[in-house]
Amino acid sequence: MVLLAIFTAAIPAAAQNAAYRAPRTADGKPDLNGIWQALNTADWDIQAHAAAAGPAPMLAADFAIPPGTGIVEGNEIPYLPAMAEKKKENFQNRFTADPEVKCYLPGVPRANYMPYPFQIVQSAKTILISYEYAGAVRTIDMGKPTPAPVDSWMGWSSGHWEGDTLVVDVTGLNNKTWFDRAGNFHSDALHVVERYTPRSADTLMYEATIEDPKVFSRPWKISMPLYRHVEKNAQLLEFKCVEFAEELIYGNLRKQPKGGK
Amino acid sequence: MSNRFFQLASASALAAVIGIVSLAQPAAAQTPSTKLLAAKEGAKDGTRAWTPPRTPDGKPDITGIHSNASVVPLERPKDLGAKEFFTKEEADAYEKAAMSRHEVVAPGTYGDVHYNMQQFGLEKGQTKVAETIRTSLIVGPEGRVPALLPAAQARQAARQAVNKGHEFDGPENRGLSERCILWPNEGPPMLPEGYNSNLQIVQGEGYVAIMQETIHDVRIIPTDGRPHLPPDVHQLMGDSRGHWEGNTLVVDTTNFTDRTAFRGSSENLHVVERFTRTDPETVTYQFTVSDPSTWEKSWSGEVLMTKIDGPIFEYACHEGNYGMHNNLSGARAEEAKSAKK
Repeated sequence: MVLLAIFTAAIPAAAQNAAYRAPRTADGKPDLNGIWQALNTADWDIQAHAAAAGPAPMLAADFAIPPGTGIVEGNEIPYLPAMAEKKKENFQNRFTADPEVKCYLPGVPRANYMPYPFQIVQSAKTILISYEYAGAVRTIDMGKPTPAPVDSWMGWSSGHWEGDTLVVDVTGLNNKTWFDRAGNFHSDALHVVERYTPRSADTLMYEATIEDPKVFSRPWKISMPLYRHVEKNAQLLEFKCVEFAEELIYGNLRKQPKGGK
Repeated sequence: MSNRFFQLASASALAAVIGIVSLAQPAAAQTPSTKLLAAKEGAKDGTRAWTPPRTPDGKPDITGIHSNASVVPLERPKDLGAKEFFTKEEADAYEKAAMSRHEVVAPGTYGDVHYNMQQFGLEKGQTKVAETIRTSLIVGPEGRVPALLPAAQARQAARQAVNKGHEFDGPENRGLSERCILWPNEGPPMLPEGYNSNLQIVQGEGYVAIMQETIHDVRIIPTDGRPHLPPDVHQLMGDSRGHWEGNTLVVDTTNFTDRTAFRGSSENLHVVERFTRTDPETVTYQFTVSDPSTWEKSWSGEVLMTKIDGPIFEYACHEGNYGMHNNLSGARAEEAKSAKK
C-alpha cells in the first residue's frame, strides 16, 4: 500500500485516470465544454507559501494572502541567477507592479488559475476559452498549427488531440505578464505547452510545461485539477476591472479637488 | 496579411485615441450594409434551393469569422426620405463613393496629428464589405432612431450637465470607450465600427460565443432555456439568452446598466437579435431595440456579416491606453500654465 502510494505520486496525475473516458461531442471529440475554475491559491504564488498579511491593513482579514501548497512540480522554479534577482525585485513591488492589479490581460498559463471561472466553448475547428477576469479570451485553432503573427498578451494557441487530451502549443506571448502576484515572471521567449485531460465527469487535469531560455535554466512544469461549475445558474458575469484600476494607474493625474461625475 | 499585421502591432497604441473619435462621431453612424434582399429574390424565383449548414449537434451553423463592416449609415440620410432601398446601380455608385472617400490629412490639422486609419488601421475601405441595396441599417420607412421621449431628453441632459466643465478632471469624466470599458460596436445590438469590424462566432453544445475584435469582449449566450439574471443585477452588455427558431438564433438581452446608455437608453433597454445564415458567405443580423423609458416605439435594423479569412487579433485596448494618460496630463499641464498667468 505504501509502495503503491509512492508509485502513484511519481507518475503524472493525468495518467492515473487513464481508464476514464470522457463523454464525446457530436463530432466525436472529448467534450471539454463547460465552466471551469481552479481551486487553489496559485494566483497569489505558484510556489508553496504560508499565509501572510495583505497589502492594506485597513482591509484586514478579507484581503490577507491565503496559503497554498503550490502548483510547481518539485516546487522549484529554475531561474537563471540574474533572473532570480529580478523576481525578488518584482516581489518587493508586487502590489503595484503586478499586471493583474492594473487589470491587464493575464497571459497563459496564469489565466487558468486565477480566482475567477472561465468557460470552454468547443467546436470542431475552434475551441474558445473565455475568462471572466477582464473579459480575456483566447481561441485555440484546431487546424494545422500556424506561427504567431505577432506577440500578444494572451498569445497564439494551436491545439490538437492526443487521445482524450487536448494539447495546446502557446507561443507569441509578450513579456508583460506575470505568473502570479508574487512576481514570478517570464520573457517574450516563453513557450507554453498545455495539456487538458478529462479525469472525471466534473474535473479536468491541467498541466503546462514552461520553457523560456532567457529566464529559466530548464523547462519546468505546473499541474492542477480544474473543477466544473455544476450549479444550474453558473455563468460568467462581467468583470470589467479597468475602472477598479484607474485610481492606481491615473490617480496622480487627477485634478484636485475632483468634480463632475 | 501585411496590413493586418501592421494593424495589430499598432492596435494597442491606437486604442485610446480612437476612443475619442468614436465619442465625437458614433461609430454606428460612420459605416454599414445588405444583401438579404438578393438572397430573398433568389429564393423567390426558386433558382437557389439552398440548405443552411448544421453543426455536428444539429443546430444551424453560424460559426466563422465575419466582418460586419458597412458603407451604409445606421440612420438614413434625410434627403432619401422613405426610400429604403437603392436600385442595384445606385447602390454600386453609393458604395464606390463611400469606399473611395479618403481621410483628409491637411498639415497642421487634427487629422494630421491623428492616425490615418487607411495607413494604420483596417478601415472599411480595406476590408470586405457585404453588398447591400439598403439606404440605412435601420429598416422601415423612417430609417432613423425615434426621437427621445421628454423624460429621456432630460436624463441625457442631466448626464451631460454633471460633467460639464469637468471633462478632463479624471478618468471617470471620460467616456466609456476612451476608458476602454465598453465600445459602441459591442452592443448588443452589435453595430459596425469605423474599423476592425471583425467578429468570430463559435458554437459549443448549449452555447453560442461571439468574440468581437474591438475590444475583445466575448458574449456567451446560453441556449438552454434558463431565465435571465435577477433583475437587480445589471451589466454594461446586459444579460443574453438565446434559442433557435428554425434556422435562426434568437437572442434576448435585458439587465443593462443605466451607464450603457445606448443612444440615450435607460437600464430598461431590451434588445432582441436574430442571426440567420442566408448564404454560405453571409449571416444576416437583425435587431430590435426597445425601451419604454426612452422611445415611444421600438426600432429595428439589419446588418450583414460577411465571411472573412481572419484571423481575429487581440485588441488590448486598456493595456495600450496612452491616450488617457496623455489627455489627463495634458489637461494638468494646461491648468498649470494658466495658473502662472
